[in-house]
Amino acid sequence: MIAAMGLIAMQTARLSFRHGGGAFVGLVFFLAVVTVVPFAVGPDLRLLARIGPAVLWIGALLATLLGLDRLFRDDHDDGSLDLFVLADLPLELTVLAKCAGAWLATGLPLVVATPVLGLLLGVPPAPLALTTATLLVGTPALTLIGAIGAALITALGRGGLLVAVLVLPFTIPVLIFGVSATALGGPVAVTDPLLILVALTLISAVVAPLAAAAALRGGLD
Amino acid sequence: MPHDQETSPAAVTAPVSVRLSASELAAVRGNRQVFAGVSFSVTAGELMAVTGPNGAGKSTLLRLIAGLLPPSAGEVSLVPVGEEKIGTRLHYVGHRDGLKPSETVRRNLQFWARLWGGGDVEPALAALALERLAELPVAVLSAGQRRRAALARLLLVERPLWLLDEPATALDAAGEARLGHLIGAHLAAGGMAVVATHLDLPVKPTATLALRTA
Amino acid sequence: MALVDLANPTRFLSYSARLLPLTWGLAAVLMAVGLYLSFFASPPDYQQGETVRIMYIHVPSAWLSMLGYAVVAVAALGTLVWRHPLADVTAKSAAPIGAVFTFLALVTGSLWGKPMWGAYWVWDARLTSELVLLLIYLALIAVWQAVDEPGRAARAAAVLALVGAINLPIIKFSVDWWNTLHQGESIFRVGGSTIDPSMLRPLFVMMGAMTLLYASLLMMAMRNEILRRRLRTLEITVAATGEAGGAEAVRAEAGG
Repeated sequence: MIAAMGLIAMQTARLSFRHGGGAFVGLVFFLAVVTVVPFAVGPDLRLLARIGPAVLWIGALLATLLGLDRLFRDDHDDGSLDLFVLADLPLELTVLAKCAGAWLATGLPLVVATPVLGLLLGVPPAPLALTTATLLVGTPALTLIGAIGAALITALGRGGLLVAVLVLPFTIPVLIFGVSATALGGPVAVTDPLLILVALTLISAVVAPLAAAAALRGGLD
Repeated sequence: MPHDQETSPAAVTAPVSVRLSASELAAVRGNRQVFAGVSFSVTAGELMAVTGPNGAGKSTLLRLIAGLLPPSAGEVSLVPVGEEKIGTRLHYVGHRDGLKPSETVRRNLQFWARLWGGGDVEPALAALALERLAELPVAVLSAGQRRRAALARLLLVERPLWLLDEPATALDAAGEARLGHLIGAHLAAGGMAVVATHLDLPVKPTATLALRTA
Repeated sequence: MALVDLANPTRFLSYSARLLPLTWGLAAVLMAVGLYLSFFASPPDYQQGETVRIMYIHVPSAWLSMLGYAVVAVAALGTLVWRHPLADVTAKSAAPIGAVFTFLALVTGSLWGKPMWGAYWVWDARLTSELVLLLIYLALIAVWQAVDEPGRAARAAAVLALVGAINLPIIKFSVDWWNTLHQGESIFRVGGSTIDPSMLRPLFVMMGAMTLLYASLLMMAMRNEILRRRLRTLEITVAATGEAGGAEAVRAEAGG
């Protein structure tokens, strides 16, 4: 079973890195978002450093959600989804495996890029390290929650922006605790929001596959 | 008409006979009643052809049997009913090929083989004359070649029931002949097949279910 | 997908095969000389000290990032207007190389400014424009990457490249204006408003070296792309004749 999940995760990641996959574009989008903010806010370095973690989180959030629309789309279109539904591995675990693969291909690169982009925003080393850590824990949650939206639009046959709209509200808790965990010396200690973030990721690892599988089954035509 | 199932206690080494039976099946797609009152029984070694005009519900019926769609009335089951998902006791080859275009034929088949607990994909490649095409990405293949690659999945693991939706589409004479061999061998080994088609099949069906548009 | 016109690409493959050893060799020599001159034989700046030596890598990189875009833009015109067979190969190959030089310019610019600014990045006008240029390069690469078949992406990438070319002056102007809203200091003027001649020589040598490096990389990338497309054509041919072989066998069996 683990082997089957690993197989699906690897295939998902591999296809995402290929031509037409979402990996490269997601990363470029992340860079674009981070670049655009100072143009709007002005190159005030102190301000940028202060809002830096938030900007990085928003960038990662949007890059993840907007890139997930093809998570199930290709499988649905080429008939692989039927075979996944029929397979021995429960569809929920297939979804979980696909999310793992999607995270490896899109989420993990975002986390790796965060220190570099944080430099652009002038975020000091300690909050930057914390931001990277919270993104490492939080991007899986974003991928999982986004998968629910992706499953819904596969059934509906719609596009990427709708995914973001559908599940953005559910990502708000992740965003809140992710960003507040980066505020060193703030009103709350760092460990509390971080632990809640971990809990949110674990909860979404259970809820998202269930919801997404249900949505996918309902959308089989 | 259902026949009684008799397994004599002495025949322990005989293969367990499976039977696909449906009674009063009905399906609704959108707001349309696709078909109703469909009943049939298929047993080991039998091939049932499903015919009918476009829109009569041939594909729907196959997906119903596979469990991808729920019937709006009636029931269908693979007897004896086991604990496993019905999906693991059948092979479904639908309209779409289930192949990733950017991966090679071999890679595609190896993926499903590993997922289904099968072994070497070479016999499957050979049976569908795919050896020369095995290392090519599916994207450069013609429609007929992709169909053969999709059909190769049937040989990755042995399963009693084959559900094939217009399998001969885009196949040339050679491909059809191979399909015929495939189905024939499967039936001879005690398997069953339900094939939706509007062409003549390379293997003579045991029974034909003609769907009419409601 | 139209069959690749084998005439021009073949000639390019043979010319580039002969040119490449030359350009690589010359680039290596110039690079060695240039690096020696830059790091050992030229004086430090009276204001910035030793860190000015990064200029010898930064300025050529920035120059090549812009030259690289010119190459992409001209290639785009070649694709859309003149329909030159090698145009889209050039555009596709030049985009990543230009992006790398832009990235190099950004990194060296950042390192150059760190001692002066106290930070690695201060949204200085010149460097920010380079960053936007990098985004445009990455967007072009994304278009090429989005489709498996290069032919389809070619026109879209060409249009985008030309739109980028038109936009770059506008962006440059806007970024300069945006920057003057806040701070105005730029470190990219070395030793006052003129550059000491003893610094010009290493600079020019490095410019030459990196331009030759760019040319070598571009030719290699173009060769790879041509070969990649040939491989694809071959795959399609094998797929097609595989089928034809089978049909022949059936006909033979059926007796004609």
